[in-house]
Amino acid sequence: MSFMQKPRVIHSKLPKNELGLTTRDYEGSMSTLCAGCGHDSITAALIQAFWELNIEPYKVAKMSGIGCSSKTPAYFLEEAHGINAVHGRMPSIATGANAADRNLYYLGVSGDGDSLSIGFGQFAHALRRNINMLYIIENNGVYGLTKGQFSASADVGSKAKKGEVNQQPPIDPVIAALTLGGSFVARSFSGDKGQLVPLIKAGIMHNGFALLDVLSPCVTFNDHEDSTKSYAHTRQFYHPAVHADFVPQKKPIRAAYENGEAMPVELHDGSTVVLRKVSKDYNPTNRAHAYSYLHEHQKRGEIVTGLLYIDEDQREMHDISNTVSEALRDLPYAELCPGSAALEEIQNLYR
Amino acid sequence: MNTRSNDFVIKIANVNGTGSASANGLLMKAIFRMGIPVVGKNFFPSNIQGLPTWFEIRVSREGYLARSGRVDIMVAMNAQTYARDLADVSPGGYLLYDSTWPRDKQLTRDDVTLIGIPLAQMVNEQFENIRARILMKNVCYLGALAALLDLDMRVLEELLKETFADKQKLVAGNLKAIELGYQYAKQHCDCPLPLRLEPMNATAGHIMVDGNTLAALGCVYAGATVGAWYPITPSTSLMDAFKEFCERYRVDPETGKQRYCIVQAEDELAAIGMVLGAGWNGARAFTPTSGPGLSLMNEFIGFAYYAEIPAVIFDVQRVGPSTGMPTRTQQADLLFAAYASHGDTRHVLLFPADPAECFHMAVAAFDLAERLQTPVMVLSDLDIGMNDWMVPKLSWDEDYVPDRGKVYSQEQLRDMRVFHRYTDSDGDGIAYRSLPGVHPGGAYFTRGSGHNRRGAYTEDADEYQDVLDRLRHKHDTAKALVPAPVVHSKKGVKTGIVSIGSCDAAVREALDILAREGTEVNYLRVRGFPFNREVEEFVERHEHLFVVEQNRDAQLKALLLLETNVERRKLTSILHYGGMPMDSRCIVSGISEALAKGAAA
Ligand SMILES: Cc1ncc(C[n+]2csc(CCOP(=O)(O)OP(=O)(O)O)c2C)c(N)n1
Ligand code: SF4
Ligand SMILES: [Mg+2]
Repeated sequence: MSFMQKPRVIHSKLPKNELGLTTRDYEGSMSTLCAGCGHDSITAALIQAFWELNIEPYKVAKMSGIGCSSKTPAYFLEEAHGINAVHGRMPSIATGANAADRNLYYLGVSGDGDSLSIGFGQFAHALRRNINMLYIIENNGVYGLTKGQFSASADVGSKAKKGEVNQQPPIDPVIAALTLGGSFVARSFSGDKGQLVPLIKAGIMHNGFALLDVLSPCVTFNDHEDSTKSYAHTRQFYHPAVHADFVPQKKPIRAAYENGEAMPVELHDGSTVVLRKVSKDYNPTNRAHAYSYLHEHQKRGEIVTGLLYIDEDQREMHDISNTVSEALRDLPYAELCPGSAALEEIQNLYR
Repeated sequence: MNTRSNDFVIKIANVNGTGSASANGLLMKAIFRMGIPVVGKNFFPSNIQGLPTWFEIRVSREGYLARSGRVDIMVAMNAQTYARDLADVSPGGYLLYDSTWPRDKQLTRDDVTLIGIPLAQMVNEQFENIRARILMKNVCYLGALAALLDLDMRVLEELLKETFADKQKLVAGNLKAIELGYQYAKQHCDCPLPLRLEPMNATAGHIMVDGNTLAALGCVYAGATVGAWYPITPSTSLMDAFKEFCERYRVDPETGKQRYCIVQAEDELAAIGMVLGAGWNGARAFTPTSGPGLSLMNEFIGFAYYAEIPAVIFDVQRVGPSTGMPTRTQQADLLFAAYASHGDTRHVLLFPADPAECFHMAVAAFDLAERLQTPVMVLSDLDIGMNDWMVPKLSWDEDYVPDRGKVYSQEQLRDMRVFHRYTDSDGDGIAYRSLPGVHPGGAYFTRGSGHNRRGAYTEDADEYQDVLDRLRHKHDTAKALVPAPVVHSKKGVKTGIVSIGSCDAAVREALDILAREGTEVNYLRVRGFPFNREVEEFVERHEHLFVVEQNRDAQLKALLLLETNVERRKLTSILHYGGMPMDSRCIVSGISEALAKGAAA
């Protein structure tokens, strides 16, 4: 069986958020992924983040492409509309959905194959348009669903389960996003919920395209010791550069953040991301610096994580095209149809 | 020669990039304003500058809008194509050329009257600027033609003034150039020629416009708010026009903000994806494209069919296969569009025959797409999309209400025990949908993978088939919803023509010619797919049917064979697929010959 309804157990002891909902209300159907798959941890982090943000699940639109990773939107936010597009084409679906209604929360979940191979073009262009959405790449270095072929994010020298060694340089979505003009660029690890949850929250609240690359080991095809996307390798070379704390609108920013290493960045809706530099010499508001830092550390085989770049002033698609603030789909027809007098006027041009 | 007023063809041979289009357009419009039915066809290369182009204007007292196959007056402005242009003139015709330079003596014809006008010389004497000299040469031949054809000069002047309303300096220059040509022809030629214009009153209540413009206008009137596209000839002007109309009629007067969103996508895969995202989210969305773009859209079209997402696609057909001839016209996407994408798919298609139908069918396409929750493709072509046609003026029904289809409201979802996305509760094959962000009760997962009537993932044979069969049933429901065919038929006539789209003008002229020769033929023009019952009845009650279409492989005929009970032996194809708009001759000869051979009684 490939579809399982999750039994609903009411746990009265579970904490409730401001909407009176427990994390259970943010879950979906039972995951059908392999036990231990990194993707499931990301699902859990998403549930936690939406719950903590007090977002009504039905105000979210979940979108994905095709792959093990792209299946996961079925496993959280049951009360939200979801759409599984075709392989690599979720960004265009998200762009159109966002064009129709700019007032929902858009979440895209993709894989490294989905975004960096077949869908690289759409990924790049959605980012470039600065579509207001959180875009997560659940990055395992392989095509999970088609059983273990190398993906475009596999590192040189990385060995496949069947022994083949990857010879081609990887595409790093974070570096790509930085060079393509991304306004929010972050990386995390499925095994680090403490880092992941605030990054997800900040990404959701960011006014623009938030790229979150999450290393997410595939236990079935790419978690052996020769793989650079394994749990062991990731943990060993993990290099957090900036830690992000998400502070909602209403909460005052703690004094501690205001001095020294902490750096508050106010988001569009008045909430704040407080960046704590783990690495003292890191500057997350300077694109060129972020790029060279990442490059430096990549050469040493280190995986730099955290909120690596943020620019809250970059305008998102609707701000650039000057769209009305209401959802286009909800505009009354009377505001859309020019009427018969205008038709008369227009046709004078064709006489 | 006897005078032949209001019934001739002027063909103007130019080099592209020399600004001839506006002069040619002025000529056509001036004739139109004299009340004389007229049609213009632009034959242009897939190139920006330096290659030959032709503009063909048919003046037709009778109001025939197809090409006629004749050339009565050739304006030979392109030395490169001169020999060929001379050869093109029908016996007894005229050729106007620039006599500034000596002409090759070999290039004459006994049955063609040559009219030399020293265009370059006159223009160069009067204009300093190099660019102006090139442009004004065109305006100068316009002046000569005005004298030769007895064009109403006041109409021409008025048009010029309107065209350059905000550029007074241009008006003066243009008028001067016209005058040069006009006076020269008056003094040196026998004006007017036997072919001449006489004012009529046959264009009142009509407009002169191209199909892409009116399709775009239809999108505006239908309430479309999201447009995504990737530039491709001959569809590009559709989005250009949509943008222009929106800038004028879709801006919030108070805030100056846009009540529309146009996205120039990175390719057609993304363009259709954006349309689907918007349609899924409840906006009316569309994309204009042509063959190569439609090819790219295939995977998503199948997705939309299976996941049941409304979308409107305009396929302005051009010559295929592959890149083909981007600036030539054809109707060769019929089969491909009808069954686009892998697996069992079948789509709803609309076939406009002229720009006015582009307007009405654009509106209908959105209604159908939302009613049927499926992609609807409007198949026009380059001839309709990019050439100016004379069509009856449009009117708008103020009582029109868009058909948004079966969408549950927030209240309905709230009061519902359970919502199942793909259940046919009305028996017409159309299930109810819900929109994101409206109510938690409406949530479901949209997928292109196997799903059952509840909207859940399935790999179960029965559950899968259940949905697939309902989709077939839904497509049958569409038969009664698509526009009915246009039928001209007389009782007792056993021979019929079945045709489609822009063949219409040629077919109707052919019917008149055949009738004059004593051959009565009935005519049905299909306007939608799946075929309406009336199509079925028409093919059933005729003994012999000529299927007239613009492609090599008889695609309309193939669709009739696949989708109706017509017997193959009844059908004879008349095919025209060289890329030029069709004229009546091949239809008349095709039918006459077949009938002479006794193929039909
Ligand atoms: C057009 C197309 N080509 C190929 C496939 C087969 N396919 C399905 S998933 C997949 C790769 C998925 O890899 P990734 O995005 O990394 O997801 P993962 O399974 O690793 O999470 C491929 C090639 C497809 N579904 N569609
Ligand atoms: S194959 Fe890999 S990616 Fe797919 S579910 Fe299993 S562990 Fe996860
Ligand atoms: Mg992968």
